[in-house]
Amino acid sequence: MGSELSTFASVRRLYPYVRPAMPRMVGGLISALGASLAALAIPRVLQTLVEGPLAEGAAAHDLGALVVPVLLVLGLGVAEAGLVLLRRNLVMYPGTRVEAELRMALFRHLQDLPVAFHDRWPGGQLLSRIMGDLGLLRRWLVFGLLQLIVSIVTIVVGVGILLATAGWLGLVYLAGAIPVTVIAFRFSRRYRVIARLSQDQSGDLATTVEESVHGIRVLKAFGRGRDALDSFTDQAEELRRTEIRKAGNQATVTTSLQLIPEVTLAVCLVLGTVLAAQGQITVGGLVAFFLTTAVINGPVVDLGMTLSMTLNARTAVDRFFEVMETPNPLADPADPVDAPDARGHVELRDVTFRYEDSARPVLEHVDLELPVGTTTALVGLTGSGKSTLAMVVPRIFDVTGGEVLLDGVDLRRMRRHDVRRAVAVAFEDPTLFSASVRDNVLLGVPESGPDAVPEAERERRLHEAVEVAQAGFVADLPQGVETRIGEEGLSLSGGQRQRLALARAIAARPAVLVLDDPLSALDVATEEAVTTRLREVLDGTTSLVIAHRPSTVALADRVAVLQDGRITAVGTHRDLLATDAHYRHVISSLEQDWEECAEHSDREDSEPDQTEQAQTEEVQR
Amino acid sequence: MSRPSKPEPSQPATSRPDDRRRPTDASADDTTQLDAEASREVRSRSLRLLGELLRPRRGALALAGLLVVVSTLGQVAGPWLVSLAIDSAVPDLMDGDVDTLVLVGSAYLVAAVVGGLCAGAYVRQAARIAQGVLLDLRRRVFRHTQLLSLEFHESYTSGRIISRQTSDLEALRELLDGGLTGVVSSLMLMLFTGLSLFLLDWRSGLVLAVALVPAWLLTRWFQKRSQVFYREQRTTSARLIVKFVETMTGMRAVQAFRRESTTEADYGRLSEQYRDANLNTMGLNGRYQPGLVLIGNVAVAVALALGGWRVYSGGLDVGVLVAALLYVKRFFQPIQQLGNFYNSFQSATAALEKVSGLLAEEPTVVEPRRPVALPHARGALRLDHVTFRYGDGPVVLPDLDLTLPAGQTVALVGTTGAGKSTLAKLVTRFYDASEGRVQLDGVDVRDLSTTDLRRAVVMVTQEAYLFSGSVRENIALGRPGAPQADIEAAARAVGAHEFIMDMPDGYDTDVNKRGGRVSAGQRQLLSFARAFLADPAVLVLDEATSSLDIPGERLVQHGLQTLLSDRTAIIIAHRLSTVAIADRVLVMEHGRVIEDGTPDELAAGDGHYAALNAAWQDSLV
Repeated sequence: MGSELSTFASVRRLYPYVRPAMPRMVGGLISALGASLAALAIPRVLQTLVEGPLAEGAAAHDLGALVVPVLLVLGLGVAEAGLVLLRRNLVMYPGTRVEAELRMALFRHLQDLPVAFHDRWPGGQLLSRIMGDLGLLRRWLVFGLLQLIVSIVTIVVGVGILLATAGWLGLVYLAGAIPVTVIAFRFSRRYRVIARLSQDQSGDLATTVEESVHGIRVLKAFGRGRDALDSFTDQAEELRRTEIRKAGNQATVTTSLQLIPEVTLAVCLVLGTVLAAQGQITVGGLVAFFLTTAVINGPVVDLGMTLSMTLNARTAVDRFFEVMETPNPLADPADPVDAPDARGHVELRDVTFRYEDSARPVLEHVDLELPVGTTTALVGLTGSGKSTLAMVVPRIFDVTGGEVLLDGVDLRRMRRHDVRRAVAVAFEDPTLFSASVRDNVLLGVPESGPDAVPEAERERRLHEAVEVAQAGFVADLPQGVETRIGEEGLSLSGGQRQRLALARAIAARPAVLVLDDPLSALDVATEEAVTTRLREVLDGTTSLVIAHRPSTVALADRVAVLQDGRITAVGTHRDLLATDAHYRHVISSLEQDWEECAEHSDREDSEPDQTEQAQTEEVQR
Repeated sequence: MSRPSKPEPSQPATSRPDDRRRPTDASADDTTQLDAEASREVRSRSLRLLGELLRPRRGALALAGLLVVVSTLGQVAGPWLVSLAIDSAVPDLMDGDVDTLVLVGSAYLVAAVVGGLCAGAYVRQAARIAQGVLLDLRRRVFRHTQLLSLEFHESYTSGRIISRQTSDLEALRELLDGGLTGVVSSLMLMLFTGLSLFLLDWRSGLVLAVALVPAWLLTRWFQKRSQVFYREQRTTSARLIVKFVETMTGMRAVQAFRRESTTEADYGRLSEQYRDANLNTMGLNGRYQPGLVLIGNVAVAVALALGGWRVYSGGLDVGVLVAALLYVKRFFQPIQQLGNFYNSFQSATAALEKVSGLLAEEPTVVEPRRPVALPHARGALRLDHVTFRYGDGPVVLPDLDLTLPAGQTVALVGTTGAGKSTLAKLVTRFYDASEGRVQLDGVDVRDLSTTDLRRAVVMVTQEAYLFSGSVRENIALGRPGAPQADIEAAARAVGAHEFIMDMPDGYDTDVNKRGGRVSAGQRQLLSFARAFLADPAVLVLDEATSSLDIPGERLVQHGLQTLLSDRTAIIIAHRLSTVAIADRVLVMEHGRVIEDGTPDELAAGDGHYAALNAAWQDSLV
């Protein structure tokens, strides 16, 4: 049975995680078998006892004869309960342990996988894997798996007994097993496909839920709650249909697992009666046959449930490993170059970057050097590749061509940890975590570990960073720097969040600082204050500042102009303003100046940029 | 009152000095230890919800019950028919009478077929009910979440709402899927068996009745303790989800600041808490179930002792004793399933407590029951002595009185915390004024239907959220069903058309997860296009251009000038470049308007604006 084997092969991948728990699992299995044995034995023992010793004792009016049978039944009963207790207690630890191990392994892997992976994978799909699928696996490990084995053992042993004791009747009963097996086999193939579909759809539904919550402001601002509900309903309805289809499948198998053995028994009943009437089988033998089949039928019916549970678990395993086996293209090298203290010399050599699924590169043959201690502003239009370039320096993305060197060493030959200790970034979307202001600002200042920073120094950096980023507002928060912010705490305005993100990058004291449009949400006065202080801090730190405005450019010693993924000019702000038309176009705010410039460039440049011209027309209209 | 063995995890969520929070927020939601009255209240609230969901499906439930009864009868009939065959059909056949055999055989066949078909039909029916209930509840929670005011969303973590809509509903689904089958058929079997026993020998029946007392006590014990444990399980699972969602959303920052190990430690701690909670419930269940088995088995032994004694004293036939003992044994067999049901019932009610708690949240901004129709708003705004505070917090806007004539473009200027965004949120009715009224065309915004209000007033915020789907779908959010030409026109108007056409599939390009591939500036352009498409009478722009480059901003402004010529606009911007297109400038400070005039007037004066303007002019190149 190829499909069963592949389910087995699929689930076997769990073995390394389950191995430490094996003794307990086996112990649990033995207790489970023991318990069902005791459960099966009790009625038999009762019957034998009552009809044998008890009846004899009654005839002799010997009350003492009652003691042994009662104690025996009591003992068996207590043993059954004890074994059930033992089984549950044996498997619950490994069950939850394996679940927790798998969860942590997945979490670790997800944190290791590059940002590009997370851009591609919707959050809900990951969430449904780490919660729903792993919960399913836990339940299967502590219940389904044992149940499956116990059922199969019971059935095999029972059928063996039937064949050994009941001859023809046993063969007839066994014949009934053929259609059952065929149906179960076909069921599992179909069910697996639907189970996968249903788990994927519930992942998609979780994604929609997540987006509807994260995008609540937009939905509210446009009054689109209704539409969101409608499309959510469509999706939920689709899931419902899949689930009902799944249940339909299960219904078919439930029907056959119950109906076929019973119909076989009807045949056996007639045949047995005839055989008994002809004296080919004793009445006692017939009774024993039906008692045994009654024992087997229970597990056969349960098999439908345990089988679907197993298939669901298999799907969960598949979905788990789908993520776990995604290779990390951004892994640490096998023999990394040690880089304990970076000086901060960054060089991009012939760098090309193309997103995996896109035909056109975002960065093309970029050569850019950031000398130690200098501040370079990166200026370009929206979509020219500035943020991508900023991601390449801390190796959030890997270049697809060329190389990025830190102190002369290719980033890919260093540990990611070392690269990111050397390079700190303030992103254009400031992400704050649900933690205190202190923890958010000191995010890049380790408290423990090999490069831990002493408490006093941490404190100093916190205050300096807050001061430089003009984030003095934190002192006015209910609990100062201890105030919890982020999603689970106080909500801050965009400007406040941006200043904290900036403070975070400063506090990390990196050799290289990358600031992606760090002042966009600040008002003019604050911006000016930040700029003044930031200049002092940046002194001596290699910095790359993405800038949209002259006020931000003012931080820099020199400016690099990025146009359509290429560096077209490098120079000082003043020089570029005088010589570079595109730069003027991008950075100049004074309309008439800019129009003059545009005319200028028409005269000077033999080939004015097309989009620029288009936009000039647009403006002049 | 039982307490969990572990103290509550030390989350600083307990004390919340933040005055924006309301009493029914996340911290209350995290409590697992409730006093008796509160516990009863949440429990009855969740049962009420379950009742509401099931009530409309009474017919379907009855049918499901009927199917279970019939299939159980089919199962029960089997052994009876077998005994009939052995007792009568065999002797009759020996006498040459085939009729009994034919009768019994065909009865068995019918019972097998009907029983099997009903069992399958029940699985289908149960799934239909379960999925119907789930769809209902999913829609309800989703709709309610959308209805809840921003105030709520700012305090109730997104991860928590997500967990309400995913893992909590999953717990309910387990109950509906599996639990119901178990409970109906178990109860049926127990009822039949109990009745048969009483009819056969009422004294043995009494043993059974007495055994129910400890069973009931055990169940009470289980109920009490499991309530707390299951609450804890729901809470820890929600925390785990919150942490997961937050980490995955902020992956860039996590990796850039090398927080992987710290986050992993945090997540690991929460995962252990969740594991402990699961262990607690499983451990409890692992004692409850064997306890029930033990009670059943002891009852059998007691019945054997008493029955045996009666046999000795001649009061009972041995044959009757055998039958009675088998009945007692069989009576307790389904109790395990009943225990399973009760277990999933407890788990589901704990989840429903959370869900019903979310549903019980009252939106603070509610739609009027009898709205005033405003199909064509002109856009005249009036703030009539408006006072605003968040909850019981300090007053943010004290007595603001302001009239904005239709068609006017007003710029709001002032430092962070001056109340600009609050004013915007009042006009868009994200919040309601604490005192006073906000009127649109003379109608209190609280009297407008959401449809009319959102058609008339649209806000674009700094956070430009993109939903997964194509660029087209994202723009069309402004006006669902808008033709392609309109969508393109909107994109052109804000200068987004070019970069959209540069994308691999143009307007059909998938923006991936949270617009991963689109820069912050481009995202703002897309959300601008949305607003253009929505074509409202009043447009509120809250820092909507902060990430645009200068040419982009200029383009948007030119677009705005045409767009805003005949509509009211409120523009909040830190950059005075945006203010230039305004007819009127309001400078705000501490919630009051301190300067009011045209940009030129104010610039010529010697106030706050004049100073800002001078600083800004200096920063230009």
